[in-house]
This record gives sequence, structure tokens and C-alpha cells, in this order.
Amino acid sequence: MSIPAGAIPVSAIPVGSIDDLTPGEGRAYVVDGKQVAVFLLADGTVRAMDAVCPHKGGPLADGQIDGSVVMCPLHQYTFSLDTGACPSGIDSVRTYPAAVVDGKVTIQV
Amino acid sequence: MNGAPRTRLLVVGNGMAGARTVEEILKRGAEKFDVTMIGDEPYGNYNRIMLSHVLAGESGVDDEDLLLNPMSWYRENGVTLFAGDRAIALDRFAKSVRCESGRIVDYDVLIIATGSNTFFPNMDGLREPDGRLARGVFGFRTIADTNGMLQMAASQDDLRAVVIGGGLLGLEAAYGLRTQGLDVDVVHSPGHLMNQQLDERGGRLLRNKIESLGVGVHTSKRTTSVLRDESGRVAGVGFNDDTSLPADMIVVTAGIRPSVEFARGGGLVIERGIVVDDQLRCEDEGSIYAVGECCQHRGEVYGLVAPLWEQAVVLAEHLSGANPSAAYHGSRLTTKLKVAGVDVAAMGVKGPEREDDEFVQFYEPRSGTYKSVVVRDGKLIGATLLGDISKANFLTQAFDEKVPLPDERISMLFDMGTPTAATGAAELADDVQVCNCNGVTKGAIVACVHAGAKSMGDVTAATRAGKGCGSCKGLVADILACAAGGALEADPAADWYVPSIPLSKPALIDVIRERGLRSVSQVFTELATDGSEDVPSKMPLASLLRTIWGPDWVDERGALFINDRVHANIQRDGTFSVVPQMKGGVTTPGQLRKIADVADKYNVPLVKVTGGQRIDLLGIKKEDLPKVWGDLDMPSGFAYGKSMRTVKTCVGSDFCRFGLGDSTALGIALEDRFQGLETPAKLKLAVAGCPRNCSEALCKDFGVVSVGEDKWEIYVGGAAGAHIRKGDLLATVVGAGEVLRVAGIFIQHYRESAQWLERTYAWVPRIGLEVLQRTLIEDAEGIVEGLEQRMQTSVDGYRDPWQDRVEQKSPAQFTPSLPLLPLPQVPVR
Ligand SMILES: Cc1cc2nc3c(=O)[nH]c(=O)nc-3n(C[C@H](O)[C@H](O)[C@H](O)COP(=O)(O)OP(=O)(O)OC[C@H]3O[C@@H](n4cnc5c(N)ncnc54)[C@H](O)[C@@H]3O)c2cc1C
Ligand code: SF4
Ligand code: FES
Repeated sequence: MSIPAGAIPVSAIPVGSIDDLTPGEGRAYVVDGKQVAVFLLADGTVRAMDAVCPHKGGPLADGQIDGSVVMCPLHQYTFSLDTGACPSGIDSVRTYPAAVVDGKVTIQV
Repeated sequence: MNGAPRTRLLVVGNGMAGARTVEEILKRGAEKFDVTMIGDEPYGNYNRIMLSHVLAGESGVDDEDLLLNPMSWYRENGVTLFAGDRAIALDRFAKSVRCESGRIVDYDVLIIATGSNTFFPNMDGLREPDGRLARGVFGFRTIADTNGMLQMAASQDDLRAVVIGGGLLGLEAAYGLRTQGLDVDVVHSPGHLMNQQLDERGGRLLRNKIESLGVGVHTSKRTTSVLRDESGRVAGVGFNDDTSLPADMIVVTAGIRPSVEFARGGGLVIERGIVVDDQLRCEDEGSIYAVGECCQHRGEVYGLVAPLWEQAVVLAEHLSGANPSAAYHGSRLTTKLKVAGVDVAAMGVKGPEREDDEFVQFYEPRSGTYKSVVVRDGKLIGATLLGDISKANFLTQAFDEKVPLPDERISMLFDMGTPTAATGAAELADDVQVCNCNGVTKGAIVACVHAGAKSMGDVTAATRAGKGCGSCKGLVADILACAAGGALEADPAADWYVPSIPLSKPALIDVIRERGLRSVSQVFTELATDGSEDVPSKMPLASLLRTIWGPDWVDERGALFINDRVHANIQRDGTFSVVPQMKGGVTTPGQLRKIADVADKYNVPLVKVTGGQRIDLLGIKKEDLPKVWGDLDMPSGFAYGKSMRTVKTCVGSDFCRFGLGDSTALGIALEDRFQGLETPAKLKLAVAGCPRNCSEALCKDFGVVSVGEDKWEIYVGGAAGAHIRKGDLLATVVGAGEVLRVAGIFIQHYRESAQWLERTYAWVPRIGLEVLQRTLIEDAEGIVEGLEQRMQTSVDGYRDPWQDRVEQKSPAQFTPSLPLLPLPQVPVR
């Protein structure tokens, strides 16, 4: 990742334009060597979390979301978009702070 | 906690007794303890009883129902769990426990809850020279055992299994394996099945039931050896009478033995189990306790869950200080179970033992019912029920001397103008255990109703009652009905099409039409209880809108499941499978060449002919999908959606010498007309050219069979997947055109009235064949014309989804979602 030094807070990395996201449809990015799934919610905010489901490695970016959870497409476990916790009790996924800055999605990893 | 030091409580064994004891202790004084648990199985505590359901395929290992305490429970309750580690050494004097991993855990109080192990009797050939069990030999105790059997069952066709031991576990194993399609024999050395619980008559009845499942039963036969072939593979079992049975798989269920090595190594007193007193304290010990199947109390070692719930409560009362003198006096075993689908209840003695014991017996082999009671000195000392256990609650109470016995003894076996089941439920004492599997009392269910539970679903979610063997469900429903005092309606949510919108499907369709709601987000905003989105509702709503509006629904990417976004079926490693359309299973050399070229070009790891008569290209990357479709230049086969899949055909009259009708042409016409239609669940069709039925039309959602002279029989509601059902004959019609018309109205009616994911094998019997014949064939309600019109609109709206390659629906539609990681690879042959 080449980020112009000092352009934005060091830890917030821009991953792409908000126009590349469609509400409810996830997209995976590589950020600092990590795969991160990014979602645009109906209210216009964004969320980011590890792209790999802790259950059996499912692609979370291919999952469906509502205002609070993402559901993995493989076995339908759900994870909180905010905390990554899984109410059915398997491991949680790591979430990352994400925001939209000047039309760019930025993620802090 | 004003500095009061917490007691370090260590529990060895994270099974049903250990975890329940911890739950009971935390309920009574979480602030007093730092709890650590060591369990050698690598998961949270699960419901061992459910393994029977898992083996029978009625429930998955991934199922939430299986887990009693998921990992999050330990976190949330501050319990440290070392899962997947084994306690191997106990130092009573240093008060510490060493694990296989080298970890050392100190304790103030230790609870041993190591349960039991499968007992493997001595048999030649059972083990490899290094002591491991021979491959193909299993116990039936753990998730690992169950998975092992399921994997072997799935790995090969025509497997034969021999189950050694015809008690509860053995019959459950036999039932499960039979359901998995194996040939199964049960071998039992006593003279009749389940001899622990049943007398000979009862055993004989059970045997009839088991045999009717297609399981061979061999009693009075002792297994002496495991036979091996030249290459050392398991080949069968040999008996004491020099006979033998062939077998590829051997399941040993000849008993269990308390798991006591750990306790014995630490110097505790062991007889059959770890000896404990009425506080579950180990002999000569101040701070070590044992609970569950590993312990021996007043000479008894138990092998069912009900006693251990009682033990857990006593131990918790004692340790938490809630009632330091709480004492366990042993359990009177009343067993109520479902074994291999048969209800069994047994308590006390099996038959009369003294001259003046009263013995009332009812035996009806035809219906598979057996009932008996034994009365001594006016007290019930034994009862056995098989097949019909409706009197089990009354008998349990009588056995516990909570209710007097009726003079007319026969009324203990039948309702003879005596209380009905519901008043029976009302009269049950609050502390009577209703669900033995999960230790739920009547009082707990009533409390849960008072706290607002309105349906069976609510009660089960809150208490787990009914989630074990399932034999108590009827009683739970009765108690629920009583407790709700008649104010109970059927669970209203049970009719809702999706959980977030309080409307049945027909009502929802009406509102959507009326208000012209064309997108899923609109539906949520206008109709959902709190106006917000809900993940599990999205897919069913998207399907419904597409059914109602056809191409005129508003396609919101987020509303669609990934398969429907990219028109391919997601695989376990995140790649996709691509199945081009091959109408009626007919293809051409040109198509085959194209498919071969695409497979080469994209290094497709697996090319497979499917059961639906087409070719599946598996392992395609998401980003390659549009290119693959472009190169194939064939329409989508819809192998991924909740939609009409394929029409399987036989060759029929054109080539087959038996053919009575042109099944291939009709199949193609059906697929042409109904291609891609979304349906509540997948829909499979078939056409056979004569009653030889080579295309298996009798077990399809919609199957057509030619009977000659242009007559076609139409079968609906068939299935041959997880469920097997022969379709019902809906009608016999003349002419292919009429078949197409009936198919149209049947499918449209199914689309409009079936629940989400309700296959026709459930929907057809739910609606009733006669009702369908009346509404669809006789048009008794005058709805046929409407159905035909709406179907025509849907048919006209068909568009090949693979045209998305020309104009993508969104920027991220075909971007990879897992680009970097080495994926768990699907094994490639
Ligand atoms: C297939 C099946 C069906 C059943 N059906 C019924 C039924 O219908 N009704 C009924 O009442 N009962 C039924 N049972 C019996 C019931 O499951 C048991 O009575 C119950 O599980 C006993 O609980 P427990 O905690 O004593 O032992 P377990 O549940 O076996 O727990 C003991 C745990 O301790 C672990 N452990 C052992 N040693 C160590 C060590 N040294 N270090 C760390 N961990 C250790 C074990 O791996 C295990 O996880 C069934 C059992 C099976 C297997
Ligand atoms: S079902 Fe009848 S017509 Fe069709 S292939 Fe079989 S035998 Fe021939
Ligand atoms: S891989 Fe995500 S739920 Fe199984």
C-alpha cells in the first residue's frame, strides 16, 4: 500500500471509492496485508471486518447484512457488524473502524 | 467483593454433568468462585443425547441445538475453559492437576465429572498391534465417534454395519446408520433387546419394530472376534457358536464404563465408579467431589442424564453455601425415551417377583403397543410402556408415590373416562421433571409461560425442554396450554412468511400488490415490525417480489443471496460451480466441445455430471464467471437458486423399445416454459416414457409418466433427497399440452402459497391431495384462470441471468471476496 505520508491519519488507510460499494453488497480489500470485508449499510455508513469467517473460512464479503449483522454465506452464522461477536457462540471476527472521508472508504487496521 | 478471596473451583470433564453443575453453582453464587474447566473434547459442552439425531441425519453437527454451552457462554460467565486438553495427573496434597499439554492448574475445590467411556469387550482382532481400534470399529459416545461413522457412511455405497449390543445406544446407532443407507445388523448377547428396561414381551415387540426398519436382529449371540481380510481390513464379526456376519463397519455399544483413570491415579477410592457420599464428596477427601456417570453413589452408577441433574443441584447447593447440608439420596430411575423412533417408558421392576404381586399387562403386537404395571402392597413398583406412553406421567407420579393408585388397576394403562392428558398435565406436581434430557421441571415451564412465553418455540428456546430425545413434546405442549389458561393461540409467528413481518404469505402478497412495493427495502420500511432490515428475511422477500413482479421487481443487490447475485452456486472454498442449461438432459457434440474447452482454459478442477442430467464445472473463481459464461455461450441452468432446476427425462419413444410417449420432447418443452422460475424451494421435474420410470419421475416435485395413447400421469410432491417420498397422482391427462397447462397452475399455486423453503413433499401433504385436485383440476374455487395468467406473465419475463456478463449489476458483482488466502481446498480427484 502506498499512502502519501501525512495525508490522512497514519492508521486510516483509504481502500477505494465509496462509489464502488452498493448498499448491502460486501466487497473485500487487501489492507496492510490483511483481507478486510467492507460493507455499505442502508444508512450510508460503512463497516469493516476480517474477510474470513472464523467458522470454516467462508467469504464474509459474500454474505448478506442488515443494520446489525452479517450472515456468512456458507453456513449462515451471523456476526455483529459492530463488535464481530457471534450470538451462536462460535468465535468472533475482528472488526476495524471504518469511515467515509471525501468519498473514500478508509479503514484503520 | 470486599476482598473476600474467591474459591478456585476446578472442574475436570466438560460434559453434561460438569457444565450443568457449574451452571447451578454460578446461579447460586457466581461472585464466590473462580471457575476453571478442563475438557478433552475440543468444544463447549454439548447435548450427547442429540448425537442419535445427528447420526440419523435429523440434526447436524453444526446445529446450535447440539451445543448446550457454546464458547461464548464460558466467556460471558467468566469461566476459564481449557478445551481439547486432558487432565492426566492429580496431586491431592499439592491440590493441583496436570494436563496433557503440561499445563498445571491449582484448585481449592475440585469436581471430577469425567463421565464414561465406551466399553470394548475382549474380541480377537479388535485392535491393531499398537492398541488402537481397528479402522472401521467405532464406539458411540462422542461427536468424534459420530463424525467418524458419518464419514465412513458417506465414503462408500453398500456398506454393511454390525452393531454389537442391543441396548438403548445400540438401537439408536442401528437406527441412525440404517437412515444413512447402510445394511445394519444388531447382535445382542442376552435373549431380548433392551433387556435392562424391558421384559421379554416388550423386547419382542421392539424387535418387530426394529426389524420393520430393515435392521437384522440377532439375540443370544455373543461376539467373540472381529474378522479381518488379507489386507487387514474389517470384514465381519464371529460369534461363540462359530457363525459369523459380514461387516465393513462395527459399532460397539456393549456398555459403558465410568472413566476413572484420572481419579484412580490421584489415589481416590474407586469401586465401579468414583465412590462419593451424599454430598457427592469423594471418600476421605475434604475438597474433591465427583458428579455424573463417573461417580458411584450408594452402590449405584447411573447411565442416563436425569440423575445427574439432581446430583448437580445438590452439589451446587452444598458448595455455594446455599444449603450446606443438601444431600443426594439417589435417583429412582424412571426412563422415558425415544429409541429408534419408538417411545419407551420404564420404571422399577419389569415383572411380578412375589406370589402376591399384582401384574396387569396389555400386549398388542399389531399396533406395537405393550404396557404393564406391577403393584405390591398397593404401591406401584414397576411399569413398562412401549409404543404408547401417554400414561407415563401418571405412572411416574404414582411410582414416586405422589398420587394414589386407582382401584381399577387397568385405568393405569388406559384413559377410561379418567382425566385427559391436559388435566393430567394440570395435576402434575411442579417439581416433576418433564424433559429428562435437559432436566426441565413442570415448574420451570410454567414460570416461563408466566414470564411471557406463548408458544412451544418460546418455551423450548428458554428452557430447552423438548430438545433432547423429543419424547416429552406432547406433555410440554399440554403444560403450556394449561399454564396459559386457554389464552394460548397457536404460535402466530408460525404462519408468518418471514420472522420480521407479522403477515402470512397470502396476506403479505396482497399488501405488496396493493401498495405496489417492488423492492425489499420498501417492504421492510413499510411492513417490518420496527421498520428495519432483517437478514434472514431478505432472501425469502427477494424471492417473493420476483414471484409477484417478475422482471419488474426492483433489484437491490443487498437483498440477494450471493448465489443469486452471481448466478452460480457458492462452494465450501468460496469458489463457484457453473452449470449450463441442457434442456431435458439433451446436449450436442458442439456443446460438449465448448464445455471441454472452457474446462481447459480455466483449469476447472472438477467436471462432473450431475443427477439432473447436466454438466457441472466446479471450482470457478468469482471473477472468472462472466468470462466463463461468455466462452460457453449457453444459458444458465439455474443450479444455484431456489427455482425450477431441471427436467430429467428418459429417452422415450424415439429410441427406447419400451417407450410409450416422447418423454424427451415433453421434458424439453417443460424446461423451456418454466426455466429459471423462482419457487419457494428448489423444484425438480422429470418425465418418463413409460411406467418403467427410468427418469425417476415418481420421486420428483412434479413428475410425468407416459401410459400410452398420449396419456400422461402427473405425480406431485415426490422427493428422493434427505427425505424420500413417492409423489401423489394428481391427475392423468391427455396430450403434452395439457401436461404443460397443469404444470403451470400447479407450480404457480405452489409459488403463491408454500412457505419459504417448503418443498412440495411437505406442501402437497399439508394442503392435501384431494384439495389440490379440487382446486387445480376441477377448479372448484375458480382460481385457475388467475394462476394461468400470472404464470404466463412470469414466463414472459424470463431473461437469461448470465447476460449480466454484458452489463454488470454493480461494480463489485464479480470481485473476489477471498483473494489471498490459501483456501481449504475441496479435494480434487
Ligand atoms: C448417543 C447417546 C444417546 C444418549 N441418549 C440418552 C437419552 O436418550 N436419555 C438419557 O437420559 N441419556 C442418554 N444418554 C446418556 C447421557 O448422554 C449421559 O448420561 C450423560 O452425557 C452423562 O454426563 P457426564 O457429564 O457424566 O458424562 P459426559 O457427558 O460423557 O462428560 C464427560 C466429559 O469429560 C471428558 N473427560 C473425561 N476424562 C477427562 C479428563 N481426564 N480430562 C478432561 N476431560 C475429560 C469427556 O471427554 C467428556 O467430554 C445418551 C448417550 C449417548 C452417547
Ligand atoms: S421409462 Fe420407459 S420409455 Fe423411458 S427409457 Fe425407461 S423403459 Fe424406456
Ligand atoms: S464458514 Fe462461515 S458460517 Fe461456516
